[in-house]
Amino acid sequence: MRNPLSNTIVNIPPSGIRKFFDIVSEMKDAISLGVGEPDFDTPWHIREEGIYTLEKGKTFYTSNAGLKELKIEISKYLERRCNINYDSNDEVVVTVGGSEAIDIALRAMIDPGDEVIIPQPSYVSYQPCTVLANGVPVIIELQDKNEFRLTKEELINAITPKTKVLVLPFPNNPTGAIMERSDLEEIAEVIIDNDLFVISDEIYSELTYKGDHVSIAELPGMKERTILINGFSKSYAMTGWRLGYACGPKEIIEQMVKIHQFAIMCAPTNSQYAAIEALKNGDDDVAEMRETYNGRRRYLMNAFKEMRLECFEPYGAFYVFPSIKEFNMTSEEFATRFLQEEKVAVVPGTAFGDSGEGFLRISYAYSLENLKLALGRLDKFVTRLREEK
Amino acid sequence: MREKILTFIEKNSRIDLKELSVILGVDEIAVVNELADMEKENIICGYHTLIDWDKTTVEKVTALIEVRVTPQRGQGFDSIAERIYNYSEVTSVYLISGGFDLLVILEGKSLRDISQFVSDKLSTLESVLSTATHFILKKYKDHGTIMDKKNKDERMLVSP
Repeated sequence: MRNPLSNTIVNIPPSGIRKFFDIVSEMKDAISLGVGEPDFDTPWHIREEGIYTLEKGKTFYTSNAGLKELKIEISKYLERRCNINYDSNDEVVVTVGGSEAIDIALRAMIDPGDEVIIPQPSYVSYQPCTVLANGVPVIIELQDKNEFRLTKEELINAITPKTKVLVLPFPNNPTGAIMERSDLEEIAEVIIDNDLFVISDEIYSELTYKGDHVSIAELPGMKERTILINGFSKSYAMTGWRLGYACGPKEIIEQMVKIHQFAIMCAPTNSQYAAIEALKNGDDDVAEMRETYNGRRRYLMNAFKEMRLECFEPYGAFYVFPSIKEFNMTSEEFATRFLQEEKVAVVPGTAFGDSGEGFLRISYAYSLENLKLALGRLDKFVTRLREEK
Repeated sequence: MREKILTFIEKNSRIDLKELSVILGVDEIAVVNELADMEKENIICGYHTLIDWDKTTVEKVTALIEVRVTPQRGQGFDSIAERIYNYSEVTSVYLISGGFDLLVILEGKSLRDISQFVSDKLSTLESVLSTATHFILKKYKDHGTIMDKKNKDERMLVSP
């Protein structure tokens, strides 16, 4: 029998996280600091709205690009949060999570051979989705001396005549880094000069702890060349509802809707109705969750300081990215030993790109009690390692 | 800063003050001083513990009693409220709007205990016109806490 598989897909390496997940699942009583989703339940009023719409029998397809009312609310939201004006009629598409938005944006914009610049460490999907779209990923290895922000020089060095798109994932998973207005202004100049496009993954935008999040699409000359991606998973704790959206210039969104319509039809109807409620009345819940995450973030940074573990201060998402370079072992070795000896799971930085070597991703989407427990064990482990040296 | 502290300790009164100052991102001495001031000013009136007595062997019954009174000349409801709240078995006294004047919450060892208190001590008060007693059968949520919350973390252990 012949080989049923496409070479492209076979050649994509499996997720680095998956391997670790399998090891952790085998352990009984492991505490995990390795999640990428909020520990909060979706605020009750949003769940209630979802339940209510199911009771009312709203179980049919919606229009491909999403419920009109939802697109209007999304447009209003971006106006009040980022001061950007998107026409809900043809500049917004509602997708199955930010994940689908990334995928269809790449597929809509990339021709075979086009280069896509991907800063790493970053979310695991950008590289594989680029390959699946027949694009060529060009990796920029971000540096902790720059607090893992993308610099003008790094960007210039990565551009070639084949570069078409830059993926801009900030606030960042796994580093927790953000790009402030001044950082964005610098790279916007380069983007405009080289006539590039940006796919800005802003799914963690509400979880910004230093001033307000700034979207690159806000800057002059950028809206017409940016696909702004956001969603409900992280801000409203709606990960399982699978709902996100993309906004951008009409010509691009139109083609994205085309792919979406053939591959997905429409995002889950129930989630869309719940999302309308979230956007209308959820601002307070978001603010409360953000405050809580921020408290935990400060707690973690303080704990690292006391353990003398090197870590730059992250101002976004719910991750910290401490360095374990002093211990002369790879991230994977550290994480594996830590798991085996202290039964705490953290994700090795290499799961997010080679430039994550020497770092760990620790999530603070956990209660303070859990964090304290895990940090106590980390302290023990780190002390032991230092004594061994 | 006061609001931040209050919002946090309302649900977490047992937190270590150093930890509180780290979490709020403020100076520890400032937190200690603010707390002391707020206690003095009676903004913080107490640090209590929420207990589900049903899960223990201790017998406790709680009743909500609506009381109608004739307000005293020159003193309104305050002195009657005081006469009622001085009893240690009375846990709360509120002046409320609506059909009744005072809402009294009472704890006793049994239905009988409570009924006796109402008939012997409460109804007999001079300004009390009438009472209506309601017994609490089940507490679902009290002081902002769901009593039977299951705290199981159902998320996948590791996710990207």
